[in-house]
Amino acid sequence: MENEIILKGIAASSGVTIGKVFLLEEDEFFIPVRKISKDKIQAEFERLEKAVSVTEKEIAENKEALSKMLGENYAEIAVAHLLILKDPMISKEVDILINSGVNAEYAIYQVVEKMSKTFDNIDDEYFKERKNDLIDISKKIITNLLGKKSKNLSNLDSGSVVVAKMLTPADTITMKNEMVAGFATDTGGKTSHTALIAQSLEIPAVVGLKNISAQVYHGMSIIVDGNKGIVILNPSKKTKQEYKKEYEIQITDRRHLEQFKNLPTVTLDGRNIKLDANIETPDEISSVLANGAEGIGLYRSEFMYMATKTMPTEDDHYQNYARIAKQMGSKKVIIRTIDLGGDKLTKLGLMNIGREENPFMGLRAIRLCLKYPLILKTQLKGILRASVHGNLQIMYPMISKIEEIRQANIILEQAKQELKKQGEKFNPDIKVGAMIEVPSIAVIADLVAKEVDFMSIGTNDLIQYTIAVDRVNEDVASLYEPLHPAILRLIKMIIDAGHKQGKGVGMCGEMASSIEYAKVLIGLGLDEFSMSSSKILKLKKEIREISFENSKKLADSLLKCSVTKEVYDTIEKFND
Amino acid sequence: MMKEKKIKIVNKLGLHARPASLLVQTAMKYSSNITIIKDEYKVDAKSIMGILMLAASCGTELLLQTDGADEQQALEGIEKVFNEGFGEEI
Repeated sequence: MENEIILKGIAASSGVTIGKVFLLEEDEFFIPVRKISKDKIQAEFERLEKAVSVTEKEIAENKEALSKMLGENYAEIAVAHLLILKDPMISKEVDILINSGVNAEYAIYQVVEKMSKTFDNIDDEYFKERKNDLIDISKKIITNLLGKKSKNLSNLDSGSVVVAKMLTPADTITMKNEMVAGFATDTGGKTSHTALIAQSLEIPAVVGLKNISAQVYHGMSIIVDGNKGIVILNPSKKTKQEYKKEYEIQITDRRHLEQFKNLPTVTLDGRNIKLDANIETPDEISSVLANGAEGIGLYRSEFMYMATKTMPTEDDHYQNYARIAKQMGSKKVIIRTIDLGGDKLTKLGLMNIGREENPFMGLRAIRLCLKYPLILKTQLKGILRASVHGNLQIMYPMISKIEEIRQANIILEQAKQELKKQGEKFNPDIKVGAMIEVPSIAVIADLVAKEVDFMSIGTNDLIQYTIAVDRVNEDVASLYEPLHPAILRLIKMIIDAGHKQGKGVGMCGEMASSIEYAKVLIGLGLDEFSMSSSKILKLKKEIREISFENSKKLADSLLKCSVTKEVYDTIEKFND
Repeated sequence: MMKEKKIKIVNKLGLHARPASLLVQTAMKYSSNITIIKDEYKVDAKSIMGILMLAASCGTELLLQTDGADEQQALEGIEKVFNEGFGEEI
């Protein structure tokens, strides 16, 4: 009997699960080296040919799935992969080696190693990384040569806990969602793709486990505890029993929460609050609707750029947003325009921007869009065209001065004019809002409120920029305080500024999803909360037990506190 | 007789994966040997990894050589996809 191993990581999605490991390997395998005798060389070539044709079929199937799911453009990487299979430069060298008596696996390995070295000498990051495409393909062929069954995410068994170095959007697309019971990955943080997907699928996930992928094997018994941020390998009978109990409580709780789905979100004294969902991909809509969200408060459109190797076209944008708009019907959907940095886009091979010393304060989001207006105009045209299918709204991220809102609106106006000329239909009065996440714009929120239809507070960045703290940096993470007196006052300022102009104020940062802060935020006057859909019902239950008048009193006393501890003490005293 | 011509990359992103795929697919339509030369590097235009290895960005000048039965058509066909910026932003 193997010993129980406990690994500590970052809790990325709550809940517990007991299951079996499905290891998504970044296949490090042992390459066999054999001398092939002259009379067997022909057979070796046939073996290679067969493996290549199986690989070709696999890639073609993947291409089909990708383009069906996301549109033709997303499948372009698969086209490049198919061409690698037929690359004459590679096959020529492989053939020479096989003819000299080297086995196919080792021949491919040697050629790829040699070519990778050439790529290592390239200065340009994008081209340098293309060697990974070559390595991926060579691994696929070698897997097929070895007759190993390639572990494809589409053949998951139920109750599988997917363990991987990291999960990409392409990985999560191929997964059969109902089969996945949890995620455990080596890398990633609280807002990584894996975390967001897990939250929307309502399955537990622990990320940042460093080297779990090297410690497990396929089918190994595993517990993922997304509440505590730990993973237990080979759990003992006793541990399993404890978790089984916890799992059952979790199921009962979830059933209990379901009864709130169709109840209004209203405080004890009758103040209506809107609860919206944050989403990353259109696939999450079913979970949004199942949890009774009143709308989508934040669609992170970055997914459009992450799952592709080319800039999405106007039509890609249109297809994507139209799908969401149709499914959501009259419910509001706020699409945040691209919130990526130049560094990220360069890494993805979509742009070619020099390295930045400090990307968080660099060329990202609206700044990038205003420097390269075509990116924004293409996206806005897509949103506008899709606006006829539902209730779409536009939100600009990382606004730091009012000029940026005006400039973006000029581009929006151009987009409308161009569509008009083309005879395309769109909603001419589409609502436009600003994300308030940079202190400079929060301070002049009263002026912002006159320029936009709505404001949404992005707390993750607002806190990070206001307190000047990187919460991923362990040495200073404790300084990241959502209840810092300065943050409370900023939030209050923004909400009051919106209300003065008769405009609602929402919040789409992590702070909005926490039960802990609900009373404070309601007291400060927040109108809309947007969060991962799995957290909606829990918050709704909480809000229905809160009195708005009392919360206002609480907020008033909190705004007088000078230190964070005093804020916490005041809340605690109030709850007693 | 081998044909050759200087060509320039006009699309913004240079010969990244998508244009490189398009270039290779175009080259494959011809039976001629097609070579692309950048400085001292010489690669087969039907080899995607070869093309990517050039790490050719926008504005780079390349020498295109075609040799074979359909060398004239190949030269023209390939020049065309370059000049059209591979259908991308220029």
